[in-house]
Amino acid sequence: MELVCPAGSLPALKTAVDNGADAVYLGFKDSTNARQFAGLNFNDKRAAEGIEYAHSKGARVFCAINTYPQPDGWETWKGAVDRAAALGVDAIILADMGLLDYAANKHPQVNRHLSVQGSATSYEALRFYKDNFDIRRAVLPRVLSIDQVRGVAKHSPVELEVFAFGSLCIMAEGRCYLSSYLTDESPNTRGACSPAKAVRWHETPNGLESRLNDVLIDRYGKGESAGYPTLCKGRFEVEGSVYHAIEEPVSLNTLDLLPELKELGISAVKIEGRQRSPSYIADVARTWRQALNRLDAGAGDFRVDPTWNSTLAGLSEGGLTTIGAYHRKWK
Amino acid sequence: MMKLSLGPILWFWSKQTVFDFYANAADWPVDTVYLGETVCSRRRELKLADWFEIASVLKESGKQVVLSTQTLIESEADLRALRKICSQQEYLVEANDQSALQLATQNQLPFVTGPSMNLYNTATLKLLAKQGLKGWSLPVELGRETLQQLIVELKNEGLDLPAEVFAWGFLPLAWSSRCFTARHYNLPKDNCEFRCLQHPDGMELRSRESQELFRLNGISTLSGSRYDLMREIPDMERMGVATVRLSPEHQGMAEVVRRYDQVRRGEAPASDPLQLVEAPPCNGYWYGKPGMDLVPSQGL
Repeated sequence: MELVCPAGSLPALKTAVDNGADAVYLGFKDSTNARQFAGLNFNDKRAAEGIEYAHSKGARVFCAINTYPQPDGWETWKGAVDRAAALGVDAIILADMGLLDYAANKHPQVNRHLSVQGSATSYEALRFYKDNFDIRRAVLPRVLSIDQVRGVAKHSPVELEVFAFGSLCIMAEGRCYLSSYLTDESPNTRGACSPAKAVRWHETPNGLESRLNDVLIDRYGKGESAGYPTLCKGRFEVEGSVYHAIEEPVSLNTLDLLPELKELGISAVKIEGRQRSPSYIADVARTWRQALNRLDAGAGDFRVDPTWNSTLAGLSEGGLTTIGAYHRKWK
Repeated sequence: MMKLSLGPILWFWSKQTVFDFYANAADWPVDTVYLGETVCSRRRELKLADWFEIASVLKESGKQVVLSTQTLIESEADLRALRKICSQQEYLVEANDQSALQLATQNQLPFVTGPSMNLYNTATLKLLAKQGLKGWSLPVELGRETLQQLIVELKNEGLDLPAEVFAWGFLPLAWSSRCFTARHYNLPKDNCEFRCLQHPDGMELRSRESQELFRLNGISTLSGSRYDLMREIPDMERMGVATVRLSPEHQGMAEVVRRYDQVRRGEAPASDPLQLVEAPPCNGYWYGKPGMDLVPSQGL
């Protein structure tokens, strides 16, 4: 299985490659990709440097152009596809059907991967993308249980990549409009969820408050550690009780599932987190490299090293990890 | 004249409630009715045969009936149900994900798309038009300006693809594999005791300052405020919007339809937007603002 790591900057890219990534994925410095953060991502010059570095070490580079262009943005998004092709990336990660069509016709020689934002949760959906845009690979949304992944994998017409570690989106990706409901930006429109520009922190007599476009997302008592106010991970009131009504701040960690994923024929595991620092990437990539190496050494003997899990837990939201929807009971 | 449609019921109601609702709807001035379970595969109060029975009554009353597919397809059982819908010939299908697109196009069925299908640009619409797309819904997070551009571009391409706008009701904003209603009751999803039946308008999720943010409805999350574009109808008519969609609620729907019907006929009521199930109104998306915002109408 291929280890696919995030690269939000050139140092992060080099770190990922140096620590064992088989492939890295990056995006341009604009809203054409789903991790639009200030100070993050690549201009063409940096991207070219990154691609050269990765290729010199035998690693591949994927370019994410996985937001949805509206008429105003069409030329920009098309231009991003052309730039990625000209740079010589190994694949373009796309979600929008119009853009997939453009890439397939204009740059048929460049591999197309279906982004998780393309919301393909069944093999019939994958066939649609394969038949129409000849995608080579698809990234599955983080909503399927392991049995459901098995069902998809059995009939999939394309390679599959699944999320292995990082922030956990619990809504079917590509079709979550919660962020644009509270702010004016969503993953689909601007490549941003719960955008930083809308975040405010207030120290109050009741505790530390996090707000998103003035909406109270969470309030922390003394001794509670505060997390970024991603709107689905706040504490809200439903029928008189206050709790994490949608999801706790927790990260996905699928180390335990590696033998099963391998057996299902999954081609690649993906690490989330282009917004993370190079040192984070180093720790995560190194840990997963070790795990995958041990897996390749003999799947039957695979055991998760406790130090891997403690390393990853230390890098997780709230210090907690879950296998999320892969485990049916989570639902 | 602009058409009115009744969207699929997004909530979980008892079989009798659903039958009663559509028995009444047969007499309402709506042109199109979308039928079927679009949210959760565990909601099986009605079998497909029941939906066909309702469909035939509505068809006899002169309504165009469209069968809507489940939005989040996860299992083989989901695909089996989808195949049944996509192999019938009598009714148009509303495809709500790419699985449905695949099955509809494979069977060369004409289809329309619902608001959860990500159609953000003309290239995507053109592509689907070649495959049998007969009409489309604007994704809920898009607004007037984008729609206007899309309508103009489609016209320039010589494509006749009627546009529908979700205009009234709680906006469907997200789907998860997790059930938030079951989570509230500390029940596993697979043994949820069908608690959604107790919440025919969903469950309000508020901030700790009592701001109504969302409505939890099984695996789906809807807006906490009610979208209401009634005042934008004359503007939409000028733009060339073909249909506005009203999303069913279990109380007062006849009145909602009546008022929208008056507005489309140019008999605009002067009173404030409708307040049935108590919820604040919103229209932000239409004006390119956060969806929850209420912007003074510039339409009338």
